[in-house]
Amino acid sequence: MAEIVIKNVAKSFGAFQALHALDMAIADQEFMVLLGASGCGKTTLLRIIAGLETPTQGEVWIGGRRVDHLPPRQRGISMVFQNYAVFPHLTVFENIAFGLRMQKMGQPEVERRVRRTAELMHIEQLLERYSGQLSGGQRQRVAVARALAMEPDVILMDEPLSNLDALLRLEMRAELKGVLAESKTTTIYVTHDQVEAMSLADRISVMNGGKIVQNDSPVEIYRNPAARFVGSFIGNPPMNFIPAKRTDNGRWAVAGLELDGPRTERELIEFAIRPEDVFPGEEGFVADVRVVEPLGAHTLVTCDVAGKPFRAVLESDRRVSPGETLKLMPAASRIRWFDLDTQTAIPA
Amino acid sequence: MTNKALPYLLLTPAILFLLVFFLYPFVQIAVLAFAGPEGFTLSHFQRMTSHWKFGTALANTLILTAIIVPVQLALALSMASIVTRLKTGRSTILYIFAIPLGLSDLAAGIIWLAIFEQSGFLNSLLVGLGLVERPVLFLGYQNIGWIFAAVIIAEIWRATAIMMVILVSGMGIIPKEYYEAAEVFGASRWQRFRKVTLPMLRPSLQTALILRTIAAFEVFAVVVALGGTTLPVLMGETYQWQFSLRDRSVAASYALVILAISIAATLVFLRLLRVPKEAKI
Ligand SMILES: Nc1ncnc2c1ncn2[C@@H]1O[C@H](COP(=O)(O)OP(=O)(O)OP(=O)(O)O)[C@@H](O)[C@H]1O
Ligand SMILES: [Mg+2]
Repeated sequence: MAEIVIKNVAKSFGAFQALHALDMAIADQEFMVLLGASGCGKTTLLRIIAGLETPTQGEVWIGGRRVDHLPPRQRGISMVFQNYAVFPHLTVFENIAFGLRMQKMGQPEVERRVRRTAELMHIEQLLERYSGQLSGGQRQRVAVARALAMEPDVILMDEPLSNLDALLRLEMRAELKGVLAESKTTTIYVTHDQVEAMSLADRISVMNGGKIVQNDSPVEIYRNPAARFVGSFIGNPPMNFIPAKRTDNGRWAVAGLELDGPRTERELIEFAIRPEDVFPGEEGFVADVRVVEPLGAHTLVTCDVAGKPFRAVLESDRRVSPGETLKLMPAASRIRWFDLDTQTAIPA
Repeated sequence: MTNKALPYLLLTPAILFLLVFFLYPFVQIAVLAFAGPEGFTLSHFQRMTSHWKFGTALANTLILTAIIVPVQLALALSMASIVTRLKTGRSTILYIFAIPLGLSDLAAGIIWLAIFEQSGFLNSLLVGLGLVERPVLFLGYQNIGWIFAAVIIAEIWRATAIMMVILVSGMGIIPKEYYEAAEVFGASRWQRFRKVTLPMLRPSLQTALILRTIAAFEVFAVVVALGGTTLPVLMGETYQWQFSLRDRSVAASYALVILAISIAATLVFLRLLRVPKEAKI
């Protein structure tokens, strides 16, 4: 059993507060993905869990044991570093075997594990090389193999596939998911790739400015963003936002349309809709088409709605050209509303 | 002019300088050592080796080196590890450690003579504390062990810092991330030292060991100050033959012996601590 509990953890570097009083719980064998813009504190959080950084306040528990005073090697974790940290003076084989050697594991078992993880990462032909003779993507896979070879209870991965080409990444992603599920490993996985996050995660934590803004299943994160930031960060392209003015109790004027919305006292809130949830028709937002980008199955159309850019994903059998004016109707069930002051979702 | 030629061109004056002032005296010494009235001869070497002091001097030099260099290496490594971990006051401490480096070896020898001689600090202290009744003659000719010990202590005091300074700068360039990775993957402090620091420190270790070993083969002034001629060493014998016995050819032969063991030691260290090209940081 290796659940991870983070209680009230904060971290400051001098005057700069990198993490603000985080609380988080990752269940045993859960696959948790950390998602967030560059510099929001993902690596810092992983390093605190690993024990490479001391939190300014708060507690870290792993498997029911408080670990924040323990050195990294007593925490039962293994880690893929964002900068790989593959030892230059050791061959790929010895790099992968490093942790096993520290445990004084017998040579046959070391061989078995190194070969198995190297095969998994498709680097079995590189075992005799030194890190100076590897490409960035190969080095990254050595770092992943080294972490997997430990067969740990908890694995922390900091953008482990960021340097691979799209095809290889797809393949590695599937392999990782399989092998981690099979070995019942609790995983925290940092990525910038939303597709990767969606496809791997049991749960996603979205971070912004050293805080966790939402912690939910991938579908919830996508469908019901708890904060404006989540809607504007998740999804490719992200949500569209339009200011909404109150006309009546529960009625809102949005770029020329009058829509049913939340019953709140506020005069001005924000309307939000995903680009794939608007449909061209006789009625809707008046949209002047600016740019048309065919994506295969769909066409991404960037328009002006009420003077602001607005993106729509349309079926590609519908021909659209720049200069045209469309009427785009939002699907009522997919409309979300956000408070302009708190930047959080308002239940409809 | 091509860019490839430029570095060589820039180095030419330095190379010429070295050749003129190293190679020329070297050839002269070789001529002195091997030339007799009838051309090439080994008679000077025979004269050197057949003298009873040669074996002792060679043995003493090698034993001193074999003790001093490893002890200094261990001390320098531990001190460098500690200094490297310091967050504040690091340069102050480095300066303090480096003080003996500012002294000549003769001055260092005299300082330790002042400590060990019959009216020295150590005897005053021992007598003052009532541990001995009369001052002890530590450095007398029947006390060769004490002379040995005094030379070793003086040399360690004097020249450990140079190794440490080299090792501190070597440790400074080992990226922190490798220690973190080793720590996460279960290496204890000692294992991190053995599996990360030592292998990555090989280039600096090489420099430090070569410099120190060659200097140890040339140990002279400290020995003279503390033991006079009671403890013959190679460099002391060279001096004796050159200036007291006035046989420059035998002195030249001694110089060549020192050169030979220095080159041998250098080659051994270059080989032992070689970093394969592909394994460089
Ligand atoms: N040792 C440090 N000293 C000072 N500031 C630091 C230190 N480490 C990180 N920071 C700051 O803390 C913030 C969070 O850094 P962190 O590395 O956790 O970001 P990240 O979310 O991993 O970003 P990325 O996606 O680019 O890797 C950044 O603003 C960074 O500048
Ligand atoms: Mg990071």
